[in-house]
Amino acid sequence: MNGLAIRAEHLSKTFPLAERNEFKTLRDVLIGMATFSFLRPRPEPEMVTALVDVSFEIGTGEVVGIIGRNGAGKSTLLKILSRITDPTTGRAEVHGRVGSLLEVGTGFHPELSGRENIFLNGAILGMRRAEILRKFDEIVAFAEVERFIDTPVKHYSSGMYLRLAFAVAAHMDPEILLVDEVLAVGDASFQRKCLNKMQDVGKEGRTVIFVSHNMPAITRLCPRTILLDGGKVLSDGPSHEVVTSYLKSGVGLRASREWSAEDAPGDETARLLAVRVRTEEGVAREAVDIRKPVGIEMEYQVIRGGTVLAPRFHFFNEEGTYLFVSIDVDPQWRGKPKPAGKYRSTAWIPGNLLAEGSVVVGVALWAADPAKVHFNERDAVAFHVVDSLEGGSARGDYAGPVPGPIRPLLKWETRAIE
Amino acid sequence: MEQLKRVPTFVIAPSRGGLSIRLKELWEYRELLYFLIWRDVKVRYKQTVLGAAWAIFQPLFTMAVFTLFFDRLAKVGSDGLPYPLFSLAALVPWTFFATGLTQSTNSLVGSANLIKKVYFPRGIIPAAAVLAWLVDLGLALLMFFGALAFYEWSPGFALAILPLAVTWICLVAFGTGLWLSALNVEYRDVKFVAPFLVQIWMFVSPVIYPASRVTQALAKRGLPEWLYGLNPMAGVIEAFRYALLGTTACQASFFVAGAVVTALLLLSGIAYFKRMERTFADVV
Repeated sequence: MNGLAIRAEHLSKTFPLAERNEFKTLRDVLIGMATFSFLRPRPEPEMVTALVDVSFEIGTGEVVGIIGRNGAGKSTLLKILSRITDPTTGRAEVHGRVGSLLEVGTGFHPELSGRENIFLNGAILGMRRAEILRKFDEIVAFAEVERFIDTPVKHYSSGMYLRLAFAVAAHMDPEILLVDEVLAVGDASFQRKCLNKMQDVGKEGRTVIFVSHNMPAITRLCPRTILLDGGKVLSDGPSHEVVTSYLKSGVGLRASREWSAEDAPGDETARLLAVRVRTEEGVAREAVDIRKPVGIEMEYQVIRGGTVLAPRFHFFNEEGTYLFVSIDVDPQWRGKPKPAGKYRSTAWIPGNLLAEGSVVVGVALWAADPAKVHFNERDAVAFHVVDSLEGGSARGDYAGPVPGPIRPLLKWETRAIE
Repeated sequence: MEQLKRVPTFVIAPSRGGLSIRLKELWEYRELLYFLIWRDVKVRYKQTVLGAAWAIFQPLFTMAVFTLFFDRLAKVGSDGLPYPLFSLAALVPWTFFATGLTQSTNSLVGSANLIKKVYFPRGIIPAAAVLAWLVDLGLALLMFFGALAFYEWSPGFALAILPLAVTWICLVAFGTGLWLSALNVEYRDVKFVAPFLVQIWMFVSPVIYPASRVTQALAKRGLPEWLYGLNPMAGVIEAFRYALLGTTACQASFFVAGAVVTALLLLSGIAYFKRMERTFADVV
């Protein structure tokens, strides 16, 4: 470390809560003036606090991860550091050119060719023409789009589009690189390529700030991590410590959760004790192989026996799409009241059913007579379905992006009929 | 050595608006301005079948309609010039101004994606939206020179001030564009107001009729000529007429008034834009 790259002092940011599709109009202002409504007290707009008194220092050449659940202020912090938006109070000193990969493909125009978009996008990201010219071949090779370089990008597949966009951004030469979750794009092999590229950038002595939900990537790439929660810095230190405490704290979604007696969700009939994601080998883990069955287990205490209870799980993907609901249909307990005691119910999702990506699980306990929900814990646990591309998944030999919320491995038959 | 490279330092703090436009920074981003203009031009000519022809037909067709109705029927006068030439010399710059202004009004909202994702001096967006129409203006001017040849008319040495007139019209369009584009971020119906404003503005500018009609009417009431010049587009149109046709019926004070108002428009536009700029990314 030889000097300071970023010094942030008491950064705070609040902004008015924007109601979607409700913009102010000139017409309303004019009507307001005509009816003297400006003399009446106006309701204060609801404010959102995104960052509260955030201070830190980052040395030149440091690679720092930023983690925290959605809405913790990670993106706002990056936006302030890249000067897209101003802080409400506080200040930051930045030493060096900042390049941001907040979202790749910014400013791509569908009508322009790949070649033209490289120059346009490069200029938007702050690269000089000469610099783009020098790196042009490297960018094209990295994106693997040589054959289509003069085709309008509207004819590109989404994979090609993303690869090209990332390639341009990855070839900027800023002293400070801000990265927000880009690794969520592209197929697995391209993601690997991106991770390697980021590792190289870090080795070259550049300062990197990396925002991600991908804990393994954070611990692998960043020696130091800052944990944000509710707009505040919750902890700042060596990545493995911060990540471990983050996962333990229950601040983030993780593969297993347990509740203490006091704050266990539920009522006087039953209470939820624990939820776990587990493999057939019995270990709770976040990343599960797309080919292997995944077990979701819930432990609950039946306090007052004698009720017919139906545990159920709700499954959502990372976009919030409702995948399915699964209700306990174990014949041993169907229609039978459960006596007081501790129970563990496990549902097994077969391998090769879910698509790659995150799955969020909600847990509920329901009774039919009298109809009642005893507890309903949304976002209880989460896991990531990963395809290692070793074969055996529904991908076959295809390595590109596969759309769709589920990915069952179907039986195919092909016969020569003539 | 990597370490020997000079590293730029900047400070992030709540902005205060004001008139500091950070010229050095604008200069550093000149390539982005160039690429945004280049993108607009390229995409426009790729998407429209008529392409370049559109830039020529629009003023030419309007001129034909104006000649029929305002010259033949209403007899508005043209300071002794052939009316088609007289109106075309105004319609060529006016078409540029009208399209540039409406485009720049919606430019910031239209570039929401960019503004939310990347930093650059925001003023580049409305500037590019205006300047991208310079290509069309150039084509329309070529067409105008064809018309000059047809009427065997020459502007003489007055043509030398054409670059000045072009600069002036760009400044008026940019100054108004700064206001309207920033207002449009705040109030989303401004984009509907802009075409209306352009229309009204055309009627109060000497596009259809000669400026002398207004200045003479002012003189009759003992009012000075520069009063009409307070409409900067009146000065701009007359400057174009002078450059393209070699004559003008207006005094220097008329042009000076226009230049002063242009400067005020530009400065107030920059100040307002700077004040609104810091919240663009939050509300756009």
